Amino acid sequence: MMLGYLVEKEFKQIFRDKFLPKVIFAFPFIALILLPFAANYDIKNIRLTVVDNDKSSYSRELINRLSANHTITFISMEPTYDKALDLVHSDKADMIIDIPKGLEKNYITQKETKVLLAVNSVNGIKGSMGGLYALSIINDYSIDKTSEVSLFKGSQGVEIKPLYQYNKVLNYKLFMVPALMVMILTIICGFLPTLNIVGEKEKGNMEQINVSPIPKPIFILSKLIPYWVIGIIVISIGFIVAWLVYDLVPQGNILTIYFFSFIFTFAISGVGLILSNYASTYQQAMFMMFFFVMILILMSGLYTPFNSMPPWAQVIGSFSPLKYLIEVMRNVYLKGSKISELLPQLYALLGFVVVFYVWAMLSYRKKS
Amino acid sequence: MKKLFPFIKKEFLHVLRDTWTMMIILVLPVVMMLLFGYAVTNEIRDTNIGVLDLSKDNISASIIERVQQSEYFTLKHNYNSYHEIEPSFRKSEVGLVVVFDEEFSNNLLHKGKAELQIVADATDPNTAKTLVNYISSIAAQSLMELNKNNPKPMQITPELKLLYNPLMKSSYNFVPAVMGFIVVLICTMMTSITIVREKERGTIEMLLVSPTKPIMIIISKLSPFFVVSIINIITIFLVSYFIMNVPVLGNIFVIGGVSLIFLLVALSLGLLFSTIAHSQIEALLYSGLIFLMPTTLLSGMLFPIESMPLFLQAIAQAMPAKWFIDAMRKLMIMGVDAKYVLKEVLVLTFMAITFMTISLKLFKKRL
Repeated sequence: MMLGYLVEKEFKQIFRDKFLPKVIFAFPFIALILLPFAANYDIKNIRLTVVDNDKSSYSRELINRLSANHTITFISMEPTYDKALDLVHSDKADMIIDIPKGLEKNYITQKETKVLLAVNSVNGIKGSMGGLYALSIINDYSIDKTSEVSLFKGSQGVEIKPLYQYNKVLNYKLFMVPALMVMILTIICGFLPTLNIVGEKEKGNMEQINVSPIPKPIFILSKLIPYWVIGIIVISIGFIVAWLVYDLVPQGNILTIYFFSFIFTFAISGVGLILSNYASTYQQAMFMMFFFVMILILMSGLYTPFNSMPPWAQVIGSFSPLKYLIEVMRNVYLKGSKISELLPQLYALLGFVVVFYVWAMLSYRKKS
Repeated sequence: MKKLFPFIKKEFLHVLRDTWTMMIILVLPVVMMLLFGYAVTNEIRDTNIGVLDLSKDNISASIIERVQQSEYFTLKHNYNSYHEIEPSFRKSEVGLVVVFDEEFSNNLLHKGKAELQIVADATDPNTAKTLVNYISSIAAQSLMELNKNNPKPMQITPELKLLYNPLMKSSYNFVPAVMGFIVVLICTMMTSITIVREKERGTIEMLLVSPTKPIMIIISKLSPFFVVSIINIITIFLVSYFIMNVPVLGNIFVIGGVSLIFLLVALSLGLLFSTIAHSQIEALLYSGLIFLMPTTLLSGMLFPIESMPLFLQAIAQAMPAKWFIDAMRKLMIMGVDAKYVLKEVLVLTFMAITFMTISLKLFKKRL
């Protein structure tokens, strides 16, 4: 009974605020529509500048081949390597190909030609991917050319037939959208209750509640229940956006996702609760949340593959509840996994719920 | 000057008194550097794979052996039929399965061509593509040995030169980004919240009726965050230089100068948000959701800007951190002359002047 009134009060407070409801409903939309376009590791538009010392039909053909795709864009022809390097320095080009004199002649006389390919690899992934991509084009070209001029015949070869399961068109967005829902859920159900509770502390309302006959579990429940409800609303918004914008519907059962999301919401609001017990001002709460949530997100496999981390980091990462819900989301959405195939994730999340709530109860004191 | 000093001292005390926040602020850059430098990477390592070998002969066996030897793969499952693959993927046991059909060696030896099927779990398309590329090159190498005696094609030998970052360390890319991020976090977010807190509590009125000029109040409010950010930038430099061996190639004075301009931009944005926001939570949402989050995603910190759709690229141009990070990458890692960062410096200076003017105007109007 008492709980009912308290929950009603919380809902009223949330919806009376002129800012919070907007954030709760607009944030999932905006995040899911914008983030997948930004969060993309595809390598595109590598700007190529060419130093062509040969100026033959062969070198022109090679240049055409290099720039006939979406990954590499031809931008200019430079007379010397230094001029080209200058372009890279001022960030107008990313890759230089330096074709030496005698490319054509060497073909006819069957000699080896060395071609220099220099690529800006401050961003290591971009540099190496771009470089390797260009290398493979050059190799293909030289194989095609040699089979024209010499008697070389293709010997035994294997044709690789890749079959990309679950994401046939290799669309990175389909991989990100389910996981981003987890991030949104974390921010809304983890950040907001903490800020709410700490806000009461800072305003001094906490004192009044502490002297009232409200038992502490009831008080805490009344703070959390609204956010559990909001969490379910947020995840439903996520489903709708994924379906409308990305044409993405879960391969598996949608109830599986709801089930896991609910447990996760439980767990993450527990984290918020713990932090709210330690923080006494907004600023503290915010920085603590920020600090931990950032680590939890970065180590959860959201943006980079979990298995790419070194073993010590994987150990730390496995303490992130996000990791398990992200796995569940991706598996159910793309592969159609069932609960029976997601038992490790289920146990882990349940474990988090128990640990976080025991911890929160222990660290909560009716004190100022 | 005499009047200003006690004010600055007061603000410093405010910030220093909050040990929790202070600790997090000082530790945060180091943790971020270590995370980005060592933990968060796209490199592929140790992927569990499965094999379905229906051909069962020495060619397939030799390819499997080579795959197993590679540092990228661990052979986890040997399947006996196609039906076992699907459940294994659904439990995420393996990332990729190599399938040799019954006719594999037969085709290879008699027809000269055989198909090797690679079934990849492409939920993560990037990893899947990379893994397939690795397997292909391993298979190609195995076959090169079979083909040893055939004549070699003459070739163009491309020589790949990785400029600036020959070891392809991801830290080279992240260090400037972490700097930009920390400055935005502390200068913009903390500044806006601290000023709004005084507003919320009503104490700012007292400061405003005191004989101190508003400009003095602003200077004293901003100075602790200015100092803390400088400390953070220096920490980041030290960690990156001594622990992570990231070079600092460019002129240290130019680097310092660019950092100072960027600090001013971030501080004036913080001031701006604090004049707009009425409560701490509003300030937090302005600076956090509307500013910090786009900064993280669109400034080229994590994801390359040139891969984004055009409208996001346009928004990215408005992010001060983008220009700072670009300039820092050029100065620190590429080690280019100051003249190559002229554009970035001009943009940042323009932003600093604009934001400073707007926020000072708004701050005075509130009086």
